[in-house]
Amino acid sequence: MEAMNVVPPLLRAGAPLAEGEPTVAERPADAAATAPRTVFEVDALSLWYGGTRALNHVSLTIPEKRVTAFIGPSGCGKSTLLRCFNRLNDLVDNVRVEGDLRFEGASIYDPALDVNLLRRRVGMVFQKSNPFPKSIFENVAYGCRIHGINRKDELEAIVERSLRGAALWGEVKDRLRDSALGMSGGQQQRLCIARAIAVEPEVLLLDEPCSALDPVATAKVEDLIHELKSRYTTVIVTHNMQQAARVSDYTAFMYLGELIEAGATDQIFTAPAKRETEDYITGRFG
Amino acid sequence: MSAFARRRRTDLLGRSFTSMCGGALAFNLLLALGLLILIAVNGLSFFWQRKVVLLMLKDGTAVLGEVVEREEIPPTSERPTPGHRIRIKVGNRDLYGLDFRWVDESDIASRSEPGDVTMLERFEWGNFYGRMAELRRGDEVLASGEAAVWSAFGPLHEAKLDEHAAIEALEKGPIGDVNVDLEQLRLAERRLALEAPPEAERARRQAEIDSRHAALNAQYEQLSEQLAGMRERLRAESLVMESADGTRKVIAVGDIVAAIQPNRMGTLATARLYLQRLWLFVSDNPRESNTEGGIFPAIFGTVMMVFLMSFAVAPFGVLAALYLREYAREGVVVRTVRIAVNNLAGVPSIVFGVFGLGFFVYLIGGSIDRLFFPESLPTPTFGTGGILWASLTLALLTVPVVIVATEEGLAAVPRVVREGSLALGATKFETTWRVVIPAAAPGILTGMILAMARAAGEVAPLMIVGMVKLAPALPMDHRFPFVHLERKFMHLGFHIYDVGFQSPNVEATQPLVFATALLLVLVVMVMNLVAIVVRNRLRTRYAGSAV
Repeated sequence: MEAMNVVPPLLRAGAPLAEGEPTVAERPADAAATAPRTVFEVDALSLWYGGTRALNHVSLTIPEKRVTAFIGPSGCGKSTLLRCFNRLNDLVDNVRVEGDLRFEGASIYDPALDVNLLRRRVGMVFQKSNPFPKSIFENVAYGCRIHGINRKDELEAIVERSLRGAALWGEVKDRLRDSALGMSGGQQQRLCIARAIAVEPEVLLLDEPCSALDPVATAKVEDLIHELKSRYTTVIVTHNMQQAARVSDYTAFMYLGELIEAGATDQIFTAPAKRETEDYITGRFG
Repeated sequence: MSAFARRRRTDLLGRSFTSMCGGALAFNLLLALGLLILIAVNGLSFFWQRKVVLLMLKDGTAVLGEVVEREEIPPTSERPTPGHRIRIKVGNRDLYGLDFRWVDESDIASRSEPGDVTMLERFEWGNFYGRMAELRRGDEVLASGEAAVWSAFGPLHEAKLDEHAAIEALEKGPIGDVNVDLEQLRLAERRLALEAPPEAERARRQAEIDSRHAALNAQYEQLSEQLAGMRERLRAESLVMESADGTRKVIAVGDIVAAIQPNRMGTLATARLYLQRLWLFVSDNPRESNTEGGIFPAIFGTVMMVFLMSFAVAPFGVLAALYLREYAREGVVVRTVRIAVNNLAGVPSIVFGVFGLGFFVYLIGGSIDRLFFPESLPTPTFGTGGILWASLTLALLTVPVVIVATEEGLAAVPRVVREGSLALGATKFETTWRVVIPAAAPGILTGMILAMARAAGEVAPLMIVGMVKLAPALPMDHRFPFVHLERKFMHLGFHIYDVGFQSPNVEATQPLVFATALLLVLVVMVMNLVAIVVRNRLRTRYAGSAV
């Protein structure tokens, strides 16, 4: 519980990372021993879609093997920020980026970086489940085939492991060859999670994964996120504040493209530092 | 009182509109169905054997034949009372000069259907109607009198048909092979002349050619003799027929395709004959300048050409559509290309034929000839129309259809599915190849179906780039390389035109036009059905495609 009261100094809004500032790993020994390592560092990131500014000097860090939630009203830029982490915004025309984003210390905008490798290490699950029009088996095995694993026995092992990891194995083990599109929405979303974890990523980005699901399916997915926490760094974008409070360890509140406040979830929800945060959390707007 | 209180609204306009829409649909369906029924009835009735009537006219002459039509004669000044006349297929073109004649019903004294009338289908000169008189071998009389001749004729004719088949097998098999070898030898000799190697080698190769030539010639001589003997045997027996007016005609039994006695056949026998004729129609080769016999080469040519065209248009169309939708950046250039593609669909098909002639046949075909077949020149190999150039020309014609349908199919693949693939670390190419194209497959197949239907019906461009009235051989046979893309071919669409309007005997062949048209419709329908079944299977497998 002590770790929850320690706010890692880098989770700070507005100011860019200064040289010489101690990183979490370099903190003196009296800091909580369980302070997590940083996986992502966002450094004064700004993003424009054409002439419209979507992100404005956002700086934050994502800690390892924890769940970080981005919350905020519609259009605040949380999905845009999330999609920066695996460079999915490259697909949009007229996108311009300033600032930097570092994954494990290396900038992801380095031209020498292999984007496909980045995307394997940083997996994503989308708001609307998007299984491929293939069989359940082929959906999960898709990532493996892409990265060169084609042997039947290896694929079968990976598929089973991933489906178990997504808490879906029991429901589909007898119909792996059926079309994935025949499953319910909740099952499809868990399939997408299984597909994402089949390639053994280090980070999981979840973009409002439960917004299209009913409460029962939502509960299942939230349990899953909790289980996966110990293995994957998770970043989740959510509209649902209660979900953020239930599921996440750290929360970042964004508004109109700016990061307003970020910190431990407990602290954000019980004692927010900024007025806007408090207004949003108490439901006065958004 | 509210202004709305007394208003009553009837939906008269709406209801009338619904009826109008339904009526328009019904009308269209009736038209299509009516067309099919018209073709089917006219075409299929062609093969039903009618009874042969014997008309004794008031002036003493006799007319023997099948009644094909009955017409009303409107009253004229010379004949105030209206009457009828009937059209009789009298056959016996070698005796009378024409197949049909009109007979005024008022001239008929008596009408009967004698049982012993025989109708002969012949290889040349069309049908013969008469009575069997004698069966002869040279001067020897084998049978005499109608009943005896009929019973002796059956087995003898069977034997003749077997001999026919043997002759054809000999011609197409060994003799054909020897001819091909001789032709190759001639080309080898020409090649030798063109290459002009040093004298020693030239002499050696010439000697080889000469000895091979001698061997082949000897083989050919022997086969020719064999063939001549078989042909003579074929004509050994002959049938003496008596026509309605008593004229006797000697017909070699080997010249007869079939002999039937229609007036003695019951309904079952007539039905069996009908089915036999239907089968022969689709499986046999044409005779008598396409006015008789079957249309198998035309069916074969049409189907093979449509398949070749599909193989050509699929990659071109799909790849072009892929580039337009997936890889090209939206802008003036892409929009212009799209407009150009859509306009291509409106170009008249004969213009494609002319383009195909200039580009494929003369330019590319001519170059191929100069590079690979110089010894055949000046006779062109690929530098003339052929099934390959025809298929490629039609592929060009139908490429806009495939591009548009493929683009629709690709657009129907949701963006999130592509993003999902990319988010797993797949390259754009892998995403396109493994996810997008399979998902768009039903749309692509729709485009292919439309393309095949269009291509199967086009005639004008084909006339210029390789379709012929009568092809000596099929584009596929047992000789290497088995598929001969430089050969000319026959086509059902052209066959309809040729048979109906270009044949020397238009009256006789008019029903054949309907039969061939029916067959063309059926061929296209079968091909479409196959493609639709495949597409539906793909749809259920990849459930989710909207196209």
